[in-house]
Amino acid sequence: MQIDMTVNGTFESDDVEARTLLVHFLRDAVGLTGTNVGCDTSSCGACTVLLNGQSVKSCTVLAAQASGEQVTTIEGLARPTGEMHPVQRSFRECHGLQCGYCTPGMVMAVTSLLAENSEPTEEEIRIGLEGNLCRCTGYHNIVAAALAASVNPELRT
Amino acid sequence: MIPAKFDYVRAGSLDEAIALLVEHGDDAKLLAGGHSLLPLMKLRLAQPALLVDIGPLRELSYVKEENGYVALGALTRHHDIATSPVALAGSPVLAHVAGQIGDPQVRHRGTIGGSIAHGDPASDLPAVLLALGGTLVAQGPNGRREIDAKDFFLSFFEVALSPEEVLVEVRVPFAPGGQWGFEKLTKRAQDWAIVGAVAARTPTGVGVALINMGPVPLRSGAVEAAVASGASAAQAAELAAEGTAPLADFNGSVAYREQVARVLVRRALERAGV
Repeated sequence: MQIDMTVNGTFESDDVEARTLLVHFLRDAVGLTGTNVGCDTSSCGACTVLLNGQSVKSCTVLAAQASGEQVTTIEGLARPTGEMHPVQRSFRECHGLQCGYCTPGMVMAVTSLLAENSEPTEEEIRIGLEGNLCRCTGYHNIVAAALAASVNPELRT
Repeated sequence: MIPAKFDYVRAGSLDEAIALLVEHGDDAKLLAGGHSLLPLMKLRLAQPALLVDIGPLRELSYVKEENGYVALGALTRHHDIATSPVALAGSPVLAHVAGQIGDPQVRHRGTIGGSIAHGDPASDLPAVLLALGGTLVAQGPNGRREIDAKDFFLSFFEVALSPEEVLVEVRVPFAPGGQWGFEKLTKRAQDWAIVGAVAARTPTGVGVALINMGPVPLRSGAVEAAVASGASAAQAAELAAEGTAPLADFNGSVAYREQVARVLVRRALERAGV
């Protein structure tokens, strides 16, 4: 079936099987491999992307369901100049990653969380990230990165 | 994991969706948020021939106060219920529980209608509907009908919708300031309840319902009757395992679940001011 969607501001269109999952469309058809497949059971959050600005697990969304919608992946956060998004910078500055596998999903989940709650407490961040697992158990610095990003004035503009 | 092959149609209207269900019968499944159905399809536990996607029918996404009810469109997403001023004011227990389902990503996609029509005894919202004495509105080729929540859950993953009907609205009594308690035992964040309990004051008394204590979500009539006749929370909660039929699994034995039910019902009743 023919689907089309806007991915990171670019119109993407392809003929796919109806059973194609959004994450596979993004990785295999669009070629954006920053979005990882982790558990494949909507538990780990590694495949988190933004669908119309809200975090979703792209292993549990059909590409067909996203047809006509706006998708943002980790590749779409940085500015066209290459300058990193404030959440990405916070992860780097706070060392909010170890192996890095969960990181794209974590960054997208934090971005969505801060869009809904611009001044979260540490507890709200921990609860807000319950859908994202870090098998390195590096949660402390991930939470610190989210807190640091939340006070970045660039996110208020 | 990839689902088995299926055909996909995005319904342009509710009437079109019903017409497709009439045409295809049991071969068709409705797709709303997909967060119950797609995991089953990826595991190939469900292999529908046709998915009728009603997710984009935004006219079925609303929370409003109407005739003494909080009326929720079946396609209202959990996140939108949890943050709805109408739901927070008119049914705070429903808004709270909607905000406890899964995780933020799941709540951005999952819908109240999908969760309830799925009929999973381990899911949270059916028990809330039972405790509150909610009503479901179904629409089929012959029009609309109302179904009491207590008559809706028939057996394991089976509900009172015919293959040609669409669940279109969920209603709970408008009860601002009503006291309630919700307790859920999980081993990990985002897990399904090993056992859960809801207690809520309603216009007709205190409603009590249990999560994952049998093949269907259960209303706890024995506890409700004890509370109505003046029993304390602790006394009433001793009856919480009556009429239940929990399964034993790696999370716990039958006796363990029965004990957890008694403890959680007591806590929920206490929070509800009993």
